[in-house]
This record gives sequence, C-alpha cells and structure tokens, in this order.
Amino acid sequence: MEASAIRLRDLRKSFGDTSAVAGVDLEIRDGEFFSMLGPSGSGKTTVLRMIAGFETPTSGTIELAGQDVTRRAPFERDVHTVFQDYALFPHMSVEQNVAYSLKVRRVPKAERLARARKALAEVRLDGYGGRRPAQLSGGQRQRVALARALVGRPSVLLLDEPLGALDLKLREQMQIELKALQREVGITFVFVTHDQEEALTMSDRVAVFHQGRIEQVGTPAEIYERPATAFVASFVGTSNLLTGEAALRVLGESGTHSIRPEKIQVLKETADPDEEGHATAVGTVAEVVYLGDATRFLVDLDGGGRLTALQQNLDTSAEDVAAYRGTRVRLRWQRRHTVHVPD
Amino acid sequence: MALLTRTAGALHRRPRLRLALLLTAPLLWLAVLYLGSLAVLFVSAFWTTDSFTSEVVKVWSTDNFHELFTTPVFRQVVLRSVGVALAVTALCALLAFPVAFYTARVAKPSRRPLLVVAILTPLWASYLVKVYAWRLILSEGGLADWLLKPLGLSGPGFGLPATVLTLTYLWLPYMILPIHTALEQLPDNLLDASADLGARAGRTFRSVVLPMVLPSVAAGSVFTFSLSLGDYITVQIVGGKTQLIGNLVYANIELNLPMAAALATVPVVVIVLYLLAMRRTGALSSL
Repeated sequence: MEASAIRLRDLRKSFGDTSAVAGVDLEIRDGEFFSMLGPSGSGKTTVLRMIAGFETPTSGTIELAGQDVTRRAPFERDVHTVFQDYALFPHMSVEQNVAYSLKVRRVPKAERLARARKALAEVRLDGYGGRRPAQLSGGQRQRVALARALVGRPSVLLLDEPLGALDLKLREQMQIELKALQREVGITFVFVTHDQEEALTMSDRVAVFHQGRIEQVGTPAEIYERPATAFVASFVGTSNLLTGEAALRVLGESGTHSIRPEKIQVLKETADPDEEGHATAVGTVAEVVYLGDATRFLVDLDGGGRLTALQQNLDTSAEDVAAYRGTRVRLRWQRRHTVHVPD
Repeated sequence: MALLTRTAGALHRRPRLRLALLLTAPLLWLAVLYLGSLAVLFVSAFWTTDSFTSEVVKVWSTDNFHELFTTPVFRQVVLRSVGVALAVTALCALLAFPVAFYTARVAKPSRRPLLVVAILTPLWASYLVKVYAWRLILSEGGLADWLLKPLGLSGPGFGLPATVLTLTYLWLPYMILPIHTALEQLPDNLLDASADLGARAGRTFRSVVLPMVLPSVAAGSVFTFSLSLGDYITVQIVGGKTQLIGNLVYANIELNLPMAAALATVPVVVIVLYLLAMRRTGALSSL
C-alpha cells in the first residue's frame, strides 16, 4: 500500500497552560485537496504550522510520505507554505521571490529564471517578474505567494487561510483557480480555513476542528449531510437543531437532531400532515429574511424549539415573503433528512 | 467664546493661514539662525586676514581653499578625520548588530523596553564625564593596562586608537537604536517563509535579515559618521598629539577666522556627500 502524504499520530501542542492541539490523528492521502475547517482558536493553524515545522509538537509524531519528520527543521521537509498575509520578501522582485527556493538549492541561474517565469505563467502573472511585491494588488500578491511555493514542486503544499484577505468576488474566483491548479499539478494541498463554504466547495475531504480536536473527517457531502456531532451540524451550514422535548414532540424521539434548512418546505397550516415518509410541525413565522435568490423563514414551533427553513424565490418576491411574518405555517421535510447527532 | 468660535471658523476656512501660523516661528529659527550662520560661514571662508594685525579683510579670494588643498598637513588631517569617522562607524555597526539582535529578537518581549532604556542611559550622562572616564581607563597603569597585563599586553595609551575607541563608545547607542527598531519590526513570517523555502539560518540571515536591516544600519551610520567628523574635544582628551579637522578649526578661530571657516566647510561638504551616498541605500526614509 502506498504511504499517505501526511500522517499525524496523537499530535499535541501546549502553549504554557493552554492546550492548542489536544490529540489529533489524521491521514491525508497523496494528491488530495484536504481542508482543515474550524473557528479561530480551534487548533487548525497550529497543526499546519507543526506540519511545516514552525512549531515543535509537545508530543505525537508527524510523518511525511512515510518518513518521521517530527523533529526536523522546516528546511528539511519537502513542504512549502502559502502564508495568510503572503510573507513575500519586500526587498526582492517578484521573480526573485519566486526563484528563492531554487536559489537556496543552488539551481543554475538560467534554469532558475526559466522555472520562475513558468511558475508565474501558471498563476497568470507573466510579465510581472520585475515588479516589487508592494506594487501589486492583494490578489496578485496571493498568486506570487502561490507561485513561490509551487515552483520547487514540493510533495505537499500548505495553505494557511490564503484567501482570507481578499474581497468576496476575488475570493470566489481564486477558489476556482486554486482547485484547477491543484488538479493540474497533482500536489497534495492542505488548506486551512474558517469559511465552511470555501472548505465545502474546494475540498476532496474536510476535517472539522473544535477545541484542539478533530470532530469529523469526511467528504463535503458527508460533513454537510451527515454531521457526526452537534458542533459540526451547527458550524457547517446553518445551525438547525431540534433537542429534548421539542424533538420528542415533532420526531417522536428525544436527543439532538439536525435538519438542513433547504430540506424544509414551508406550507399553509392546513396542508396535509400525513404524507408518506415525512415529518411535519406547525408554528408561527417569527422572522423573514429576504436573501435575493432565496428567503429564510424562522419559525417558532408550537411544540417548542425554532427551525429555519430556506425557500427558493421561484414565484415569490420581497413583498410576498414579508407578508408571511406572524402567520401560521406548517413545516414539512423528508424523514431521511433528519440526522440524529450524538451529544 | 463667540470670538473664539469665529476665529476657529475663520482658520478652518483658510488652510494656508493655519499653516503660516504653525510654521512661521520654526522656519524663522531655521532660516535666520541655522541657514544664516551657514551662509556667513561660507562667505567668510572666501575672506582673508591681515597677517600683521589678524584683522579680517573682507576681500573676495580663494586663497584659503588653495592653501587647504596644497598644504600636506591639511590634507593629512582631512583624510585622518574621515578615516576616524569611517572606522568609528564600522566599529559601531559591528558592535551594534549583535546587541540589537539580542534586544530585539532574543530577549523576552516584556524585557525589551527596559533593555532599550539601558542602551539609552549613557546618553543621559555628560559627554565630558564619559570622555574623562575613558581617559582614566586608557591612562598609563589604568584599567586597560591592568586588564591586558595578564596577557602580556598593554593598553593603547592616548592617540588615534584611543580616539576611535572612545568615539565608538560615545556614539554606539545611535547605531543600536535604528538597528533594534528594524530587527524588531522584521516580520516573523518572513523568517518562517525563508526556512520553509529551504534556507538554513545563515542563508536567511544573508538573504532576508541583512538586506532588510541594511537601510537602518546606514541610517545609524549617518549619526555616527557626522558626530565623529565634527568632534574635537574627545581627541584633545584621549588623542595625545593627534589632530582632527575640528582641532584645526579651533586653533584658527582666534588668529585666522576665514581659514577656520574654510576648514569648517570641509566636514560640511563631506557629510553632504555621505548623505547623498546613504540616500541610495534608502537610509533616509528609515530615519
């Protein structure tokens, strides 16, 4: 069997009394686009920094391509990093920045320049080689950082919230470009983000971090459709949980249950309650949020609890949906979309 | 109150008037006292003195400069002065770098302000006290001799090396501070990035740390160089018979004021040239 690109075993890191990473086991496959998703302070960046070698684990081991690198310095690991704020060398030109890793490895000058130009072309920055980082826009700097990390063809590329500083339009464009680039070069990408949408759209697999531990690892669909814990259910997508008494009344069983908002239909109160394979609940619309392409209904259920339902604006307009506020409605969804979440 | 409001309103509408009120006093100070006296210096350098009465004769002549360039002693003293200033600057840079590296990157962040204050404290002491302290250290049988004796050596005594040593001590804080600031502001992630891209510590130092700190070294050198070039007291106290430009200016002030003025223009010109050279390194923008 082929060794995985990265294997973490019971990885821990404490800073003084606080434990940033509290036992992480993880295997990342070769050529995978892997995301580490979690709120700030969940330990995902610390794990990334330990893989890069900037931090030494308190305990546990890190393997890269089957080799234990736990105690190795960053320059002894076949891993390059794209930093959150790019970390371009301000006193070097774009080309010198990109060629830096080649220069360090004493690649002859002609080859160095040729490869730097090729790398810049890959990120669509041909002709920018002579500029200084300060003369570039945020999106262009982002690409230089990518080219600089990719030019040496590392076996693993680490990306630490690389799109965090970009505005929404640019971010969406870069998401697509990054994914395409990863497919093209075939390098394992480990992508750290707190943006669940970003993680879901780009990744082959996602690990959800919470308080220094991994709550769930899976494909975007698994994470979204089958959240393993209440935290995953609430952090990925909109939190929509039925618990305790309310769950017992609506679903006939207690515990914590998650239903995704877009799975729930908003119907008239008088609609048929007994459709085959469906769950249903009656309540009052507490709030209506018009989102343009869709509308979000916040419904207080008669049996207690509150559910959010998302409806496409197929036939409705902003005025129509506003009229729903305070009205009585029936919510209905397929039973298979109710996911029991272990507490 | 109403008057105050009205005045404030009037000033608000007239930005030029505001600027004029703000800058008139300091500009007058600068123009009259500083540039004015500099102009007098330049003009009087072209006058001469009556060799009999030592009275200044206000007749235009380039004799002083002619003498300056053709007299071997003057040439020697100018070269010696520039040499001392360069040596002091080089020594300061060599000594300041490790100190600044420690205070800015090795020491605990909570201790750093205290260390900076410690570096600055010598500047609070009187210049003369410090120079006389060095005179004691370097005197025959003084601290320097006593420390070097077990090694079979003796101290440098008074002279050119003692002058360079004392000036280096005096101006060192002016070199440490800009380097400290530059090193402290050096982002950690640039060092991480360099290591990440395969560079060992030595390569990171040469390719990232040094080029980014160099403008600040140049900025510090502007202080150490010009302060050393203008000094004439230290050399009198620890320099033995050594003469620098300042001493010649001082010696000529009573008897031949125009010659003193001509001599005094030399360091001005040298420092202007030095500033022009340093401007290329970006030092002036990091002052």
